[in-house]
Order: sequence, then structure tokens, then C-alpha cells
Amino acid sequence: MTHAPDHAGDRAADRSGDLEAPAAPPREPFLSRDRLLRVVVPLAILAALLLLWDWYVRANDIKPYILPGPGLVLTTLVADFGTLSGALLVTLQITFLALFLALIGGTLLAVLMTQSRLFELALFPYAVILQVTPIIAIAPLIIIYVRDTQSAVLLCAFIVTFFPILSNTVAGLKSVDHNLLDLFQLYGASRWQTLLLLKIPAAQPYFFAGLRIGGGLALIAAVVAEFAAGSAGAGSGLAFRILESQYRLNIPRLFAGLILLSATGVVVFWLTSLVSHLALRRWHESALTRET
Amino acid sequence: MTADLDAARPIASQSRPIVRLERVGKTFSNGTVALAGLDLTVGQGEFLSLLGPSGCGKSTALRILAGLAAPTSGEVRWIGRDDGEGARPEIGFVFQEPTLMPWATVFSNVWLPLRLKGRPKAETRDAVMGALEMVGLAPFAASYPRELSGGMKMRVSIARALVTGAKLMLMDEPFAALDEITRFKLNNDILRLREQLGWTVLFVTHSVYESVYLSSRIVVMAARPGRVVADVRVDAPAVRDEEFRTTDLYNRTCREVSASLHQAMGAHDHL
Repeated sequence: MTHAPDHAGDRAADRSGDLEAPAAPPREPFLSRDRLLRVVVPLAILAALLLLWDWYVRANDIKPYILPGPGLVLTTLVADFGTLSGALLVTLQITFLALFLALIGGTLLAVLMTQSRLFELALFPYAVILQVTPIIAIAPLIIIYVRDTQSAVLLCAFIVTFFPILSNTVAGLKSVDHNLLDLFQLYGASRWQTLLLLKIPAAQPYFFAGLRIGGGLALIAAVVAEFAAGSAGAGSGLAFRILESQYRLNIPRLFAGLILLSATGVVVFWLTSLVSHLALRRWHESALTRET
Repeated sequence: MTADLDAARPIASQSRPIVRLERVGKTFSNGTVALAGLDLTVGQGEFLSLLGPSGCGKSTALRILAGLAAPTSGEVRWIGRDDGEGARPEIGFVFQEPTLMPWATVFSNVWLPLRLKGRPKAETRDAVMGALEMVGLAPFAASYPRELSGGMKMRVSIARALVTGAKLMLMDEPFAALDEITRFKLNNDILRLREQLGWTVLFVTHSVYESVYLSSRIVVMAARPGRVVADVRVDAPAVRDEEFRTTDLYNRTCREVSASLHQAMGAHDHL
């Protein structure tokens, strides 16, 4: 039969009926057992951990400046939300702006590199060097050369985010089915047509994998760069608020900042996964649910 | 052995030749000799199968004809209507894999050859739907390849090859990956389409039975280096059905072709 692991196809082919209607994917009921489990299990674990944490803090009478209980963290989060939300907004801005710029820069450079061998030879090694040098080591220099701290942090986040998108997109653009390339050649496709109709669509799964990695890295880099910059006062992000809380032994606020940071990470991951799923759901294996 | 190679004298085509391969050789950059001086004339309206073991250069010959590979020696001469030098005609190519774009619908996959020639969707709608109609897949125009079975994907691939109105079909082991029942069905489809559309077909296969069932002429090739060892005409009407598999002519031809193939491979026991 076919070599490709396409489940819907195999199912139809198994009946070896050639003209079977393509089976519609079975609709999952809104409150199926599986869906319920997916929500209930993680929530139960969370509740158990919170209870354990609360009990541990109370039972051992641990001081809030060592380890605050979950209740105190929550009230701090609410009480300090004015300060923290401003910082959150800054971090979000930097993360998404870095991701956006890396998206444009990485994709454009990837296209240029695969269109011109000379371009690739000239640039790729330097992209690698930029990637393998730890950003925390470059950050001090960037902070010296770039006057505005926010721009410096943005630049750091951009450098880190840029590479996975670039390298994944390059890999995608190069991994086009050779038979399809032959087909395009046979029908006299121009370079532009081959890029637009074949290489770019074929590169999509790779590109989106790069986007998901890049999204996570953008946030990490934004935090790391801010630590390095030690920026203070208005216009600084969550990372600075966390450092500041540490200096002041305001550990409940440190925890509150940490929770916001984690939440941001989850949202970034969820958003990039959603975009990827929406783009690939019609055709790519990664976006299809396997039927057993 | 020598006597059998002598039997490889080419059979004169009964119809007007459309292309002539003259001492075509192909050596790959790694030194592999895929073809060594292949002489082959394809006649208008022929169903010519290239049959042989792996490495005999049958696929390479097809790729050279399609212009996807250049011969390292020899010439490919396309012959125009006036028997003079002609240009390569419109070609339909069917690969061993369906080779569909997984991100595009069945319609867009079949539209591709016309789209690459700059023909807009609206203007080519009828042509595309007509091609899908011919392979019985018109109701699946909006489906994605992954929703189709292996045989259906191959039909889409055939629709894409015929949508340009090409009269010369090059098929590179198109049904090798399919189960036998589906293959038999598609064999009949190809015979029907060939009759309907007046195709000349060059069909690469490693199945003796498939080649005898389909072909008007079978060229048996040997490997390392690729060369022709037998040229067998199948003197049966072009329109055939499953009945043909039980005829004496079919069985006799299968035996003859099998024997030639055996000879072709016998020289390379170490394979």
C-alpha cells in the first residue's frame, strides 16, 4: 500500500475501494471523557501541590521572607498588580516585538540564503557564531553600545529568537520532495513560482517548529537580558521586578512576579502552537490526531 | 548468451516515429554508468514498456526523454510531423510516488501544470474538472491528498499529467507501490485513457505481467551498464480487458519476456 503514514488514506485504502468517500474525522463531543480528563488531571495535581505547599509552610512555621504560603502569594499578586502589570506589559512587548522582528528577519534571510548559494556561504557561519555565543556574555556589550536599555534588551531577545527561525526555515526550504521539484522543472516553472508555490508551503511545518522554539526563547532572552542590564525604574520588565524583590527580601512579590512570568511563557507557547495548528491542520501529520 | 544479445535487434516501428534515442549514454557523477549507448525509437501511438532489473537505466531513459536529466553522450531526436527535427512535445509525467502537494487540494494539484503556465483558476476550471472526471475523481476536487487512498492519489497524479492535453505520457513504475487489485484497476484505466485520448505511452516497470498486459511493445533491458537485450512486440488489440490475461498470446508473451529478463539478469548473478 502506501508508504506514507497517512491514517485516513490507509483506512480508505484498506478497503481497497478506490472511490470511497473520504471519511470525515469523527467529531469529539464537547464534554468527552478524554477532554474532561485533560482538564481535571492537571487541576487536581495543582490543587494537591498547593495544599502540600500551604501545609508545609504552616506546619513548620516558615517565615514569609523565606517561603511565603500560596495564599500570601496570591494576595500579593492582587495587591501589587498595579506595579507588576506595568512590568508584565513591558516584558510582553519585548517578547512579542522580538519574536515578530525575528520572524521577518529570519524568514527573509532564510529565503535569500536558499536562493543564493553565495549569500548562504557568506552569512550562515556568522549566524551560527551569533547563536552559539551565550547571550548573557554579549549582553553587557550590547548594553554599552545601545543607549536605550529597552532597545538593548529587545536586541538581545531578537538575536536569540532569530536563529531557530532562520535555521528551521532554511532546513524546510531545502527539504522539498525531489519528485515535486522535477515536476515543477518539467512544467517550466520559474524560480519565483517554485519558491512561492512549492518551497514556501513545504517549509511551513519547519518554520512553525522554529516559531514555537523561538517564542519560548524570546521570553527567556528578554528576562536574561534584563537581568544583565539591571535596568531600573519605570519602563522595566518583570525580570527587574523579580531582582528588586529579591534585594528587598519581598519574597511574596518575587513569587507573584514568577507566576506572571510562567503564565506569559504558557501564553506564548499556546499562541504559537495555535497559529501552527491553524496553518497546518488541513494537511500536515503533526496537526492531525492519530486514530487507533 | 551472445545469441540472445543478437536477438536484441530493434524492431522497426510500424507507426510514425516521434522520438529517437541515438546511442544515448548516461554516467552519473559518482561514476555509475546508468546507460551505455541506448538506441530506441518510439512510434506514435505505441504503448512501450521498458522492463528490466533495478539499475538497468530504464528510469534514467525516461528522465532524459522528459528533459529532467541530460545524456552524457548520444542524442535525443524529436521528430516533427514532416519527419524533420522537432521540438520536445508537451509531456505528461507520472512518478512512482503520487507526488502530490499535501498542502493543496486535489483541484489545486491538478491545476498546477496549467497554473505554472500562467493560466488563471477560473479559465482552467473546466479543464481541471474534466481531467478529474476522466479518472473518476471529480467529487473529490476539494479533498486533500491525505484523505485519499493510495490508488486515488495515483489517479490524481494521472489527472495532473493529462490536464495539459499532452499526448506523450511517461510513466515511471507508477503502480509499483499499490496492491494488486488496485493496480489491475488502474491498468485498465490507463488502457482506456490511452484509447480515448490517443496517447503514446512510455511505461517503466519491473513486472513482466503488467508490461505484457498493457503494452504494444516491450523493451527488455539489462543492468550495469544499462542496455537493450530484447525488443518484443505484443500483437494484440490495443483495447483489452481481464479476458486478455487468460489468452494463449498473453501467456506465450509472458514466457518469452520472462526468458529475456532472465537472460538479462543471468549475466549478473552476483547481484
